[in-house]
Amino acid sequence: MATTEEIRAKLAEIVNQVAGVSADDVQLDKSFTDDLDVDSLSMVEIIVAVEDEFDVEVPDEEAKNLRTVGDAVAYIERARA
Amino acid sequence: MTGTLQASSGAPYARILGVGGYRPRRVVDNAEICTMIDSTDEWIRTRSGIVERRWAAPDETVAMMAGEAARKAIQRSGVEAGQIDCVIVSTVSHLHQTPAVAPLIAYDVGAASAAAFDISAACAGFCYATAMADAMIRSGAATYVLAIGVERLSDLTDRSDRGTAFIFADGAGAAVIGPSDVPAIGPVVWGSDGEKAPTIYQTQGWDEVVGPHGEAREGEPRFPTLRMAGRDVFKWASYTVAEKAREALQRSGIAPEELDAFIPHQANDRITTAMTRTLGLPDDVVVGRDIVHQGNTSAASIPLAIEALYEEGAVRSGQTALIIGFGAGLVYAGQVVVLP
Repeated sequence: MATTEEIRAKLAEIVNQVAGVSADDVQLDKSFTDDLDVDSLSMVEIIVAVEDEFDVEVPDEEAKNLRTVGDAVAYIERARA
Repeated sequence: MTGTLQASSGAPYARILGVGGYRPRRVVDNAEICTMIDSTDEWIRTRSGIVERRWAAPDETVAMMAGEAARKAIQRSGVEAGQIDCVIVSTVSHLHQTPAVAPLIAYDVGAASAAAFDISAACAGFCYATAMADAMIRSGAATYVLAIGVERLSDLTDRSDRGTAFIFADGAGAAVIGPSDVPAIGPVVWGSDGEKAPTIYQTQGWDEVVGPHGEAREGEPRFPTLRMAGRDVFKWASYTVAEKAREALQRSGIAPEELDAFIPHQANDRITTAMTRTLGLPDDVVVGRDIVHQGNTSAASIPLAIEALYEEGAVRSGQTALIIGFGAGLVYAGQVVVLP
């Protein structure tokens, strides 16, 4: 079972690849839109990559609630549990 | 009755012989768009890649733009207009339900007796027409086919809609397709997904805005317009359609490292980038990005993008290109072609 930090680090890699944000900036308290400047289309790409990488499903109604990196990591942990 | 019915037989293969485009005269930049919607040049550029687009003037009708593009394609193909025996026009913005615009264009360009008809396959139209032309030439139903994509989407754009006003544009692109001794149009991978029809749609039917005797209905807009669920379309194009593009490439027998160009429908530059990433094409594959200066011209976008790449010197005759169209329906079609 991956730890929270391992999931965060993997997610940071994805955010870096998709949106060009430095992986070090992708911390749990950061908001995708307000702090990391990730726009709605990049968010779609990040979610598809997350589904692929973590083998989870993120329905559109759930995707809307993933405001921060922490929200996303928590969702991934719950979905894999 | 004892006679034996004869069936037609055609050329072994087909190829694109010439491509031409028509770009309307008036350039509309993002600053002008921002006088109609609450947006900024930067927002439009980062969300779509579009810097400017062209909107047709009243005299730049669907038939006029198609005719101009077709004349260029015919001239470059080396075929006489009179040899063309079929004209296929893909458009969603010819505002006459009947007659089709294709016979008028056939007459205009000097292919007066050609079979001629319109198809409705939205942004996939050019690839649909290419697939049909390929099949018709190899079956013997036609020898030289003029395939045209033409749109005046500005007529169907709600200029106050923040989601689409900056995207849609006008133009025409044409290709002459004829017989070949060697394979030059690969197998088409095409299909539809009607379940997703509501993601790109016309706001109303014509009957909802116009009464049975042509009178405008009280309080209704003069025209229906096009709307899009942008995120859903983005996801579908970037992943589902990209997989279809991969299949078209595989079925062509051309390896990714042998491919010279990837020229998808110019829907949104972000979709092009995401598709390219999904496909994992080598970095030296030339990617069509005509949308930057042309906007989304639906069925016209692929031939216009091909023409632009020639003009930039980015591609040359004999190279292979993966083309794929996708859009309202939802519909898609893709194939590998040898560039003329």
